[in-house]
Amino acid sequence: MTRTTYREGIRTALRTALHDDPRVFLMGEDVGKYGGAYACSLGLLEDFGPERVRDTPLCESTFVGAGIGAALGGMRPIVEIMTVNFSLLALDQIVNNAATLRHMSAGQFAVPLVVRMATGAGRQLAAQHSHSLENWYAHVPGIKVLASGTVQDAHDFVLEALADPDPVIVFEHQYLYAMEGELELGPARASPWRASVRRAGADLSVITYGGSLPKALAAAEALEAEGIRAEVVDLRSLRPLDDETILASVRKTHRALIVDEGWRTGSLSGELATRIMEGAFYDLDGPIARVCSAEVPIPYAKHLEDEALPRVETIVARAKELVARRG
Amino acid sequence: MTTDRAHSLKQLRRMLLVRRFEEKCAEVYQQQKIRGFLHLYIGEEAVAVGALAALRDDDAVVTTYREHGHALVRGISPDAVMAEMYGRATGCARGRGGSMHLFGAAQRFFGGYAIVGGGLPIAVGLALAEQMQATKRLVACFFGDGATEEGEYHESLNLASLWRLPVLFLCENNFYAMGTALARHAAVPDLCAIPRAHGIVSESVDGMDVVAVERAARAAADAIRETGKPRFLELQTYRFRAHSMYDADRYRDKAEIAEWKKRDPIELFVARLKAASVATDEDVAAIEREVSGEVERAALAADAAPLEPISDLERDVLAKVVP
Ligand SMILES: Cc1ncc(C[n+]2csc(CCOP(=O)(O)OP(=O)(O)O)c2C)c(N)n1
Ligand SMILES: [Mg+2]
Repeated sequence: MTRTTYREGIRTALRTALHDDPRVFLMGEDVGKYGGAYACSLGLLEDFGPERVRDTPLCESTFVGAGIGAALGGMRPIVEIMTVNFSLLALDQIVNNAATLRHMSAGQFAVPLVVRMATGAGRQLAAQHSHSLENWYAHVPGIKVLASGTVQDAHDFVLEALADPDPVIVFEHQYLYAMEGELELGPARASPWRASVRRAGADLSVITYGGSLPKALAAAEALEAEGIRAEVVDLRSLRPLDDETILASVRKTHRALIVDEGWRTGSLSGELATRIMEGAFYDLDGPIARVCSAEVPIPYAKHLEDEALPRVETIVARAKELVARRG
Repeated sequence: MTTDRAHSLKQLRRMLLVRRFEEKCAEVYQQQKIRGFLHLYIGEEAVAVGALAALRDDDAVVTTYREHGHALVRGISPDAVMAEMYGRATGCARGRGGSMHLFGAAQRFFGGYAIVGGGLPIAVGLALAEQMQATKRLVACFFGDGATEEGEYHESLNLASLWRLPVLFLCENNFYAMGTALARHAAVPDLCAIPRAHGIVSESVDGMDVVAVERAARAAADAIRETGKPRFLELQTYRFRAHSMYDADRYRDKAEIAEWKKRDPIELFVARLKAASVATDEDVAAIEREVSGEVERAALAADAAPLEPISDLERDVLAKVVP
C-alpha cells in the first residue's frame, strides 16, 4: 500500500500494461512527447518507444477508429482522448462501430478496445471543456463504461478494462488527477463491474460516481456531525449498472439521493431513479432526490461555475430535507 | 492477363456471379423477401473482381454497404450472403447485419460499413495492427466518391501516410453520391489530387476494365508490400441501377446511363476474351448456367432456412456479460 495520486495511479497501470503485454499500445493526442494532457503518460515514451506510445495527429474520429481496427487486428490498444468534450468527434466510431461490430457480425469479430478520457468540470475551463457526458456512452449497448472516483480505481480500471474482451470506455475526472489516496498493487481486487459502498450508513443512500464521489463523502462526513448517517454508494461501472448493490442499499436506508454531475434532463440520475422505482418502490420512505448540474453550459467565472455544479453544501442540504421528511 | 485462360474465365465467372446474384436480389426484393436498404453493384463488378484478385487470402478487406460483390468474390458463399439478406439464421451474420453489413472472419472480411467514410479509420487501424505485428499483409479499403468529402477520409489518408501503413485505398468512383453528381460534391474533381497532397502515390484507372483494375491493384499491392506505404486507386465506374431500391433515379439522364451501359464491364470482358480467342460462346454459356444455378440454389436455400430464435435476440452484444 502506497500513498500516491490519481494521475500516478493511472500512469502506474499504463506502465504495467505496456510492460506485461506486447499487444498493448497507447495512442492519442500528446500522449508521447508531451506526456499526456494530464501528464498520465509522462515518461512512457522514453521507456517504451514511439511504437508503443503513439502521438496521433488531431483526428479523434480516425484515431479512435484506428484503435477499433487495431483491436480487430489482434492488438490491445489503449486510446486516450484528451477529454470527453473532444470525444464527440469520435462518437461515430464508438457508437456505430465499436459498439455494434460484435453483434452485427454475429460474434465473428471482437473489439477489445480501451478508450480513456477525462470528463467533468471544476477548473474554470468554460462550456467547451467542462462537459459530463458519461451518460451518452452509458446509453449504448455493446460497450461498457467505467468511471473512477478513487486512486485505486483510477489504477485498476485501466487494467480491468484491458482484461475485458469488450470495448470499455474509462472516464477519469479532470478534477481528481491531483487527488491523493492509497494504492495497493498486485492481483485481484473488487470486480470493477460492482458498485461499492464507500461508507456505510442507515439513514439515506447517496448514490454517485466519478468526480462527485469525494464530494459525497465529504457531505457524509458533515452529515455525520449532525447525526445523519449517510451511506455512500459509488457506482464505478456506469454500464452495466449494478442494480443489486444499489437496490440493497436503498432497501436498507429507505431513502435515495443521487448525485450526478451530468445535467438532470436525460441524465444517468434519471435512469438510476427509475431503476430504484422499478426495484425498490415499496421500500422507499419518500421521493428520490437528485443533485445535478444546473441546466446551463458550464460558465467560466468561479462563482458561477461553483453554483452550476453539485457542491458539498447542496448535497448536505438535500440530504437533510430528505431525512426530515420522515414526519 | 487475358492470355491466362483459367484466370480469365475465373474472373468472368466472378463478375457473372455478382451480376446474376444481384439481379436475383432485385427480383426477390419485389417479392418482399429481402427488405430494408439494398444497394446494387450492377455495372461496377470489374472493380471488386479486379481489385480483389490482387489480394492474398490473409489480406484484410473493409468495404461499404454496397458490398455483395466484394463478399462473394472474397469467398463468402452465395448461400450465406443470400440467407443474410433474407434475415435467416444461416446468414453470414445470422441475420444481424443484412445487406449492408456482411462479415466473414474466415475470409478476413471485416465488414460492410454503412456510415459513409466510417470504414476508413477501421482499415487504417487494421493496417496498424499488421505493421506492429510485422506481417506482410495489407488492408484493402473500398469506399465511394461521396466518402471523399467526409472528414474521416482526409484524416485517414493523413494517418495512413504519416505512419506508412499498408492500406490499399480503393475509391469506387461511380460519379454519384446518391443523387449528387461528383461535380456537385467535389470542389476538385480529380480524386487523386487529395491523396497525392497527403503524400500517397495515386492512380486513376478505368473501372470498367477488369484487366486494367487487376493490373493496377497488383502493382499497388506489390508496392505496398515492398514499401509498407499506402497507395490510392481511383476506379472510374458507374452504377447501372438506382442508388438503392428506394431511389426513383430522377437525377440522371437516361442518355448518360445508356452511354455507360455501352461499356458494361462484363460485355467488354467477354468481347475481349472472344476477340483474343481465350473464350468461346460455349465457355460463356457454361459459366452462365453454372452461376445461375448457384444463385437459384442460394435463393431456394435462403427461403427454406430457419429464422434465428427470438430467445437469441440479445446474443453477441458483449463477449463477456458482467458482473
Ligand atoms: C455519414 C453518412 N451520411 C449520409 C449517409 C446516407 N448515404 C448513404 S449512401 C450515400 C451516398 C454515398 O455515395 P458514395 O460514397 O459515392 O458511394 P456509392 O453509394 O455511390 O457507392 C449517402 C449520402 C450515410 N449512410 N452516412
Ligand atoms: Mg458514388
